[in-house]
Amino acid sequence: MALTGLDIYKLLPKTNCKKCGRPTCLAFAMQLAQKKANLSDCPDVSEEAKKVLGAAAAPPIKLVTVGAGARQVQVGEENVLFRHEEKFYHPTGVAVTIPDDLSEDAFNDRLKKVNSLKLTRVGTEIEIDLIAVMNKSNNAEKFAEAAKKVSAGSHLNMILSSASVDNMKAALQNCAEKRPLLHGASASNCEAMAALAQEKKCPMTVTAQTLEELADLAERAKKAGVEEIVLDVGGNNPKEVLQKLTKIRRLALKKNFRTLGFPMITFVCDEDPFQEIALASTYLLKYAGIVAVNACEPWAIMPLLTARTNIFTDPQKPIQVEPRLYAVGDVKDDSPILFTTNFSLTYYTVEGEVESSRVPAYILAVDTGGTSVLTAYSGDKLNDKVVAKAMTDAQVDTKVKHKKMIIPGLVAVMSGKLQETLGWEILVGPREASGLPSYLKTVWKA
Amino acid sequence: MEIPNVADKWSGTVNEITLGATKDKGGTRTKTITIGGAKSIPFMDFEGNPGQKPVVAMDVYDVPPEDWPETLTKPFADVLNDPAQWAKKCVEQYGADLICLKLEGIHPDKGNKTAEETVKTVKSILAAVGVPLIIWGCEHDEKDNEVMPKISQAARGECCLMGVVTQDNYKTLTATCLADGHALITLAPVDINIAKQVNILVSEMDFPLNRIVMFQSTGALGYGLEYTYSIQERERLAALTGDKMMSMPVICDVGHEAWRTKESKSDDMEVPQWGARDERGPMWEAITAVGLLQSGVDIIRMSHPKAVATVKKCIERLY
Repeated sequence: MALTGLDIYKLLPKTNCKKCGRPTCLAFAMQLAQKKANLSDCPDVSEEAKKVLGAAAAPPIKLVTVGAGARQVQVGEENVLFRHEEKFYHPTGVAVTIPDDLSEDAFNDRLKKVNSLKLTRVGTEIEIDLIAVMNKSNNAEKFAEAAKKVSAGSHLNMILSSASVDNMKAALQNCAEKRPLLHGASASNCEAMAALAQEKKCPMTVTAQTLEELADLAERAKKAGVEEIVLDVGGNNPKEVLQKLTKIRRLALKKNFRTLGFPMITFVCDEDPFQEIALASTYLLKYAGIVAVNACEPWAIMPLLTARTNIFTDPQKPIQVEPRLYAVGDVKDDSPILFTTNFSLTYYTVEGEVESSRVPAYILAVDTGGTSVLTAYSGDKLNDKVVAKAMTDAQVDTKVKHKKMIIPGLVAVMSGKLQETLGWEILVGPREASGLPSYLKTVWKA
Repeated sequence: MEIPNVADKWSGTVNEITLGATKDKGGTRTKTITIGGAKSIPFMDFEGNPGQKPVVAMDVYDVPPEDWPETLTKPFADVLNDPAQWAKKCVEQYGADLICLKLEGIHPDKGNKTAEETVKTVKSILAAVGVPLIIWGCEHDEKDNEVMPKISQAARGECCLMGVVTQDNYKTLTATCLADGHALITLAPVDINIAKQVNILVSEMDFPLNRIVMFQSTGALGYGLEYTYSIQERERLAALTGDKMMSMPVICDVGHEAWRTKESKSDDMEVPQWGARDERGPMWEAITAVGLLQSGVDIIRMSHPKAVATVKKCIERLY
């Protein structure tokens, strides 16, 4: 819970000495509360104040980094329960498992498959982040061998999962520099696993069935010197898992309960990939920092990654498509051309309708800073000059031989001016995108 | 270690509505469905009554859909021409809680079917299945206003859920649903303020608030799902904090939206890197639904049997 300006003021020397550059201690306190000043600006601040204010300034959910280098995954440090309140910051890490008891061929095949889970949709590449090596064999050598193969043969960050500290130690010999997440600490081996994590400078998880036990374990790992902890709520009852994820997020954000102020991980293992991805998506939306699944088919992974893209989109910022000319279907130089804005929701709605009309057409996405048709028009981000520029940039006149532009029905009032500026015939399209198929099939064809 | 209590206390409740009327209530349904009633964030029953379980309504069209991919037509191949048999199959084989009859064919551009033909279709479905019915117009205002009142009268007393009304076109359908004892769907596309406005307009015609279901239009996974998600989440929070004009249960149109996307429709030849179409499409629909469930939704309209089965099982496990 953030301290108010007055709370902070009480902790300051109250001398109004101006050494911090502010006229009074109260003014300084107010700026501290708004995070516009640093406590170090005050030369006379007490140790006690430093401690209290330092703790209050720390994020309620710790940021944990798995992996090293440019591809590392960072999870945690979230500020809100609902994305509309601000936004979600650190996209959930998506992991796919690989067991160490597979035959050599099967192991290599699966590794190859997992490595290739890079998918391109709506012009963007989306990808999983982690590969979780599971010590199914319970054998140290096999586990070490599997970890070595994955470390050498994959660009993905790693999770090592084993309940045995010895096996974990063996596996780490080959991949510690990758900073894998160590998954396997429970009540029975917490200190030993923590010592290993501490020695190898790796983040680690703690697993327990109840929140009370989980808090105790996190505390023990912390005492042993581990700072980057990920909480595994364990269990395979989906309702309980979902409720625990919510409770932990609320504890951290609303109660400032530091002991559980860490990101969370869930391993979802269901034989049916439909159930597995359904649950993984659910946990991803409601607060898991990392989800690990067995499914590794693109048709299973793509929706999970897309759910992540959607939920971690900044709600304050309109999302945009690249402003350019898009061809839908098998366009020719007599195909219709229509414009809309580059607000992605608007654009994709229009694109979907044009596609379903089966009339090949060009769509010109005009740069309106990612705002919708009416918003852009009222803010003067959509006028005849903007459209003219978009047409020139996209070299529209080289693509079609006619000079007819279909415009959104909502801005029919623009037609006169557009006609004048462009020298093109302006056709007023439907007010809603849903009217496009019949418009293209009837009005345009006629 | 002792853990602080994080159960939120809510003062409001989502309205509870029973759809469908049995014989003793003046209808002919053999089964009714009750939705709403939540006093907690979805699935968080440690803080209060989570309300009725979300239900799945399966879509049936009055004319064979033109643009469905093969994956979606396959399970219904034998019934696409017969809405009554189609509805029956959804209920008996695929476990639909309700049937949503989408009147695509009455649209002037898509068949322009008459009210008389459509009343026949509605009656045949009422005779074929015992579950409650949702009847959804073609969203062409003049045609809906011509056809929907006749359907409303023909299904009088069955307590169907009829829709949709908007702030620009609500009077005709509201009046007829009020007279014939049906529930009503209010639509405001992705706008929480207009959502409230439509509810107010409808209630000013003396339509009871506890017979309204809200629809904010649905964004499919990857196509604006997050807008729908956040609007519905805000509506649910408003309901729980006691806003009476936002306390209506919510319906989503997942099937139609999910099956318009490239991800579910494209042939394997077009997108080999995306995996098999027969898994990909149903999965896309299922995850759209499962995602929206977390924001607070009471009725989900769906299409593919495999997606329906996945979502129903997921609801069972989370509830």
